[in-house]
Amino acid sequence: MTYGEELIRHIWPLALFLVMVGGLIVLMLTLPALLGGKRVSRAVNEPYECGIVPVGSTHFRMPIPFYLFAIFFVIFDLEVVFLFAWAVAVKETGWLGFTEALIFILILFAALIYLWRLGALDWRTSRQKLDLRNLDAR
Amino acid sequence: MSPVVNNLLNVVLILVCVVFGAALLTWLERRLLGIWQDRYGPNRVGPFGTLQIVADMIKLLMKQDWVPPFADRLIFIVAPAFAMFVVVAAFAVIPMAPGVGVVDLNIGLLFFLAMTSLGVYAVMFGAYASDNKYAMLGGLRAAAQMVSYEVFMGLSLMGVVMLAGTFNLRELVLAQADGWFIGPQIVGFFIFFMAGIAESHRTPFDLPEAEHELTAGFHTEYSGMKFAMFFIGEYVSVLMSAAMITVLFFGGWLGPAWLPPLGWFLLKTMTLVLLMILIRGSLPRPRYDQLMTFGWKFMLPLALINLLITSALILI
Repeated sequence: MTYGEELIRHIWPLALFLVMVGGLIVLMLTLPALLGGKRVSRAVNEPYECGIVPVGSTHFRMPIPFYLFAIFFVIFDLEVVFLFAWAVAVKETGWLGFTEALIFILILFAALIYLWRLGALDWRTSRQKLDLRNLDAR
Repeated sequence: MSPVVNNLLNVVLILVCVVFGAALLTWLERRLLGIWQDRYGPNRVGPFGTLQIVADMIKLLMKQDWVPPFADRLIFIVAPAFAMFVVVAAFAVIPMAPGVGVVDLNIGLLFFLAMTSLGVYAVMFGAYASDNKYAMLGGLRAAAQMVSYEVFMGLSLMGVVMLAGTFNLRELVLAQADGWFIGPQIVGFFIFFMAGIAESHRTPFDLPEAEHELTAGFHTEYSGMKFAMFFIGEYVSVLMSAAMITVLFFGGWLGPAWLPPLGWFLLKTMTLVLLMILIRGSLPRPRYDQLMTFGWKFMLPLALINLLITSALILI
């Protein structure tokens, strides 16, 4: 038996499972379309904002911390993935691997402390920080 | 029984049990929260209200299948489907007992982590497609929270991987024959437990859906079955977090012989599920900036230090 056949023999339940989950979801999406009501009235097609008439667009300017944390995620999560490879082989690589991982983690820590000192991890705008400082000074 | 028939039975039964288990959990949670808040909870349909899920299902099926005219139609429909798909798909790798489980992957743990991290797309799709301000704000919050807590969710599990030296979940369970990993990895357990609750955004980490400020967050515009799919997805991910903690920290199906292996697995999982419901019933939610800074300033360094100490202890 070739490697490919072996793989298929091993993995087909997973493929079948995923197909069945997909089928169940399609069923759940189509049944209400057939069975459900079809009422249309004046307020149905408006955005739900607690009964208040919507003002302005949804495409507002987002608070900047969201971008910041997205970038931190890319930086840290990608670097953390390198640690996964070390974790599974920690006994084989021994102290040499440990030292290298230690250096790597220390660099990660340095980045984290830098961001911390910079105030990038505080979920506040510079305006709010200024207000807070004024409050402390008083 | 031939292996093919065995596999087929596994696939079908696990899918049915997971979906109905999650549905039953919606009843169980409402009922328990009711008891803890000095009221009854759903108790009308069937004995103790257990048939409530049937009533709910009929009602959801008969609801109007409404897609807002201002929404992005395709993405609006794809989002709940995706939310449910990824969490149920992750169940495929969980080994419930010897011979019970969909597939035995060498990279089972990585498959699980991949599927849970895909969950953030469902939330973002739903929020973006709804074109509603509450949904947008809730979706932004949910996305930032999920990616932040994901960083150390993976890290917290690496201590367990180090002890067992494998990503295969079945081998991880067998490696706990001499002692559960909850002992040496107590820190990892707490980090993973919190990250697991945060990933399925439940109280106390349910800021994306905080109803007093954002109505329902990213699924504000969803109704009927599409809302139910987000809802079921959340309960499936509760079940999955509990099952995963059982497998990784509490020895999976291992236990004294007076219960069958599957019985042990279900008992441990249900205990953890009840613990999660109790947490929901008893804790208030923090402020959003507190949640994020706690994750980055406390949990991430803690997970890294836990990793270093574990590896040093293994090598000594």
